[in-house]
Amino acid sequence: MAKNTLSTARRGRRHPLATIALIVIGLVSTGGAYALFSSTASANTPASTTTATVDQGKKLFAANCATCHGVNAGGVAGVGPSLYGVGAASVDFQVSTGRMPLANQGVQAEQKPAQFTKDQISALATYVASLSPGPGIPDAKYLKGNGNLANGAELFRINCAMCHNVAGAGGALTQGKFAPTLSGVLPVHVYEAMVSGPQNMPVFNDKNLTPAQKADVITYLKYLDQNPSPGGIDLGNLGPVSEGLFIWIFGLGAIVGVTIWIAAKAN
Amino acid sequence: MTVSAPPAPSAPAVAPSRGSRFTGAAANYIDERTSISGLVKELGRKIFPDHWSFMLGEVALYSFVVILLSGTFLTFFFQPSMTEVVYNGSYVPLKGMQMSAAYSSTLNISFDIRGGLLFRQIHHWAALLFIAAIGLHMLRVYFTGAFRKPREINWVIGFVLFILAMAEGFTGYSLPDDLLSGNGLRIIDGLIKGIPVIGTWISYLLFGGEFPGTKVVAMFFSIHILLLPAILVAALGAHLLLMVINKHTQFAGPGRTNDNVVGVPILPIFAAKAGGFFFVVFGVIVLIASLFTINPIWTYGPYDPSPVSAGTQPDWYIGFADGALRLIPPGWEFVWLNHTWSFNIIVVILVLPIFLAAVAFYPFIEGWITGDKREHHIAQRPRNAPARTAIGAAGVTFYAVLWAAASSDLIATHFHVSIEGVIHVLQALVFLGPIIAYIVTKRVCIGLQKKDREIALHGFESGRIVRLPGGEYVEVHEQLSDYERWRLVSFDEYEPLMIRPNAQGRITTAQRTRAALSRWFFEDRIMPVTKTEIEQQHH
Ligand code: HEC
Ligand code: HEC
Repeated sequence: MAKNTLSTARRGRRHPLATIALIVIGLVSTGGAYALFSSTASANTPASTTTATVDQGKKLFAANCATCHGVNAGGVAGVGPSLYGVGAASVDFQVSTGRMPLANQGVQAEQKPAQFTKDQISALATYVASLSPGPGIPDAKYLKGNGNLANGAELFRINCAMCHNVAGAGGALTQGKFAPTLSGVLPVHVYEAMVSGPQNMPVFNDKNLTPAQKADVITYLKYLDQNPSPGGIDLGNLGPVSEGLFIWIFGLGAIVGVTIWIAAKAN
Repeated sequence: MTVSAPPAPSAPAVAPSRGSRFTGAAANYIDERTSISGLVKELGRKIFPDHWSFMLGEVALYSFVVILLSGTFLTFFFQPSMTEVVYNGSYVPLKGMQMSAAYSSTLNISFDIRGGLLFRQIHHWAALLFIAAIGLHMLRVYFTGAFRKPREINWVIGFVLFILAMAEGFTGYSLPDDLLSGNGLRIIDGLIKGIPVIGTWISYLLFGGEFPGTKVVAMFFSIHILLLPAILVAALGAHLLLMVINKHTQFAGPGRTNDNVVGVPILPIFAAKAGGFFFVVFGVIVLIASLFTINPIWTYGPYDPSPVSAGTQPDWYIGFADGALRLIPPGWEFVWLNHTWSFNIIVVILVLPIFLAAVAFYPFIEGWITGDKREHHIAQRPRNAPARTAIGAAGVTFYAVLWAAASSDLIATHFHVSIEGVIHVLQALVFLGPIIAYIVTKRVCIGLQKKDREIALHGFESGRIVRLPGGEYVEVHEQLSDYERWRLVSFDEYEPLMIRPNAQGRITTAQRTRAALSRWFFEDRIMPVTKTEIEQQHH
């Protein structure tokens, strides 16, 4: 069954993919990641920018973020970075995953329940994006999880596995920082994380990974989420360490239990 | 020698049924042509003590049988070749990828051959259990002193089995040619290349050129399914044979002496029990294999030298070597005589073999230090050999620290600490841990011995308080039965060796060292309770 979906997806998508790629190259080279480096005008700034949301966003920002990021989001030395050019994607990612507003100055801003409603987040994102262009909220067509699975898996192993582990189980970085697990992360956040590169994660701009390739990666992560390991319970996908602990504690434990029982019976 | 083997069942009085007449005739036929009855009689009367810890070796044996059975199945479908093929099986995320035939055939075993995944998982889980059981079995033998004369050689054979099992495990882990095992091989390649002068040559020889080459899977396959198993089975045969010849040790107890073995004879009870136990072990392995994923090579992807996953670890039994590499501080490499000397690797390839050699030759080392030439058939309780137990605890700690170091990254993420912090703590522990373990264990052993002595002489506190006619309160001490006391008081006593001049009337340095070591071994000791002491106590 999975075979069929892939082959139809492939056949059906070959043309759209090419067109998408073309559009993407056209649009995104003027905006998106390009903007990150050259600060030219962005084509990705959401069309719905209205004065009302910008104002609402400005107020929310002043009340919740300005202490660290400055009144005009220009940054406060030693407290919070400037948000010029981070774009709506970064704000949406940081605020909807609850990383912002930052709760405490730890090694890494950690995920927590989001503190704002969808509308408020979008207002904040619109406001920050209105200050200076940056990567926008990703287009829904990249988030459906219908890209090329095999390609996405390979891209994931090459670009992401060294930090996030091949199965997306997460991994350690230096100085107490870590790459979190990717299971259950919404596709939109995966995309935004790639374009904005939160904290120690590198930015994967559209030259590094084209939007179509990002869609492939999202497809693979979605596949991992939706398909439990064919071998049974996956023990957290932590590889040989969890397998070793398991066999010592439960495997050998069970068998030693049996030996003790047999010997007790014999006596 | 054997005291409790029941007499061979005599011929039944009733007329034999048809079935038993047939078995009788068949047995006779075979015996007349093989004279096997002598062997069966000998073996059948071998006695097994019934303490649970004596069954650990059996667990290892049975997991090995499971490995052989499941491995045979796997060889039917595995292609030991690194030829590039395009995958076209049913695992979608890898469809259309270039990969080696080895990897592709392992995917096929997992997804397209009926029962293949179950067999793969049985094989791998059984391998983990096999080596774990060997490890625990070795610890049992070590801590009860069951390696002492006349069993030193069998200890060494057992050690060889342990190494062979690890080699089997490692070659097997490398066969699927997936990303994880490729990274593992890459580390081995790095280790080999770190050997001064000859390292690069060996690496080229092993991989048939620059890593990863195109040969290593085929070569490892032959080693894994032919060479190592053949040596392993031979060594296992010798191990079991020597065990039959030397007989089992047993814990001290009423009626158990250095000259007998008390327990059940193999035939018929033990054989039946052992057969049942085999199925218990088999069952546990199959249960685990059917419920829990092991080595999901499909997520790792085909081997490709560029990607490395976070959390890349070897199987548990190689963990100590990986951990040792992780613990070496940075900057131990320098250039001398136009060569790079990688002490970060050289130290590891020196220290680990020394550690392993110490394990392998421990019986001889201890024998030399204690000067003990007696035969021992009574297993010692660990507390009654405080120095040995403490050395063992130190060794276990050292191994455990290296082992933990191999999972430093997972410790860091799971306990929310920094990986540098974990490494630094473990670096300190690899030196301090064994020392602390040694001191603490020795104290604990001696404390326990004191308690035993106390109980043997004065009985144990019954919790019953009695008022004496004089108004004084005392707690009644319950005396042990003779049987119970026997367990506590029957152990050998040792004393440090004296320095004695040799035939030429000289005292050699070797002797001085030996005497010093012997003093260190035995200076803190509690004497076993003597008969006179017990008798005095009763008056
Ligand atoms: C307690 C101080 C603090 C508060 C309050 C705070 N931030 Fe931040 N924020 C930071 C720090 C520090 C960083 C940098 C984190 C890092 O990269 O390690 C950051 C990073 C960010 C980034 C990522 C910038 C980039 O380079 O991609 C965004 C976007 C952001 N904050 C938005 C917000 C928004 C919106 C709010 C208000 C809802 C907010 N922050 C509140 C401290 C704060
Ligand atoms: C250098 C290491 C590194 C690489 C490479 C990397 N990441 Fe990350 N990633 C991180 C870190 C660190 C964080 C946590 C950032 C934070 O908490 O703000 C993160 C966070 C994320 C998140 C957010 C998870 C959450 O719980 O909200 C996603 C999604 C993500 N990464 C996806 C990817 C993808 C997809 C790739 C490959 C294209 C990738 N990362 C490559 C280090 C990395």
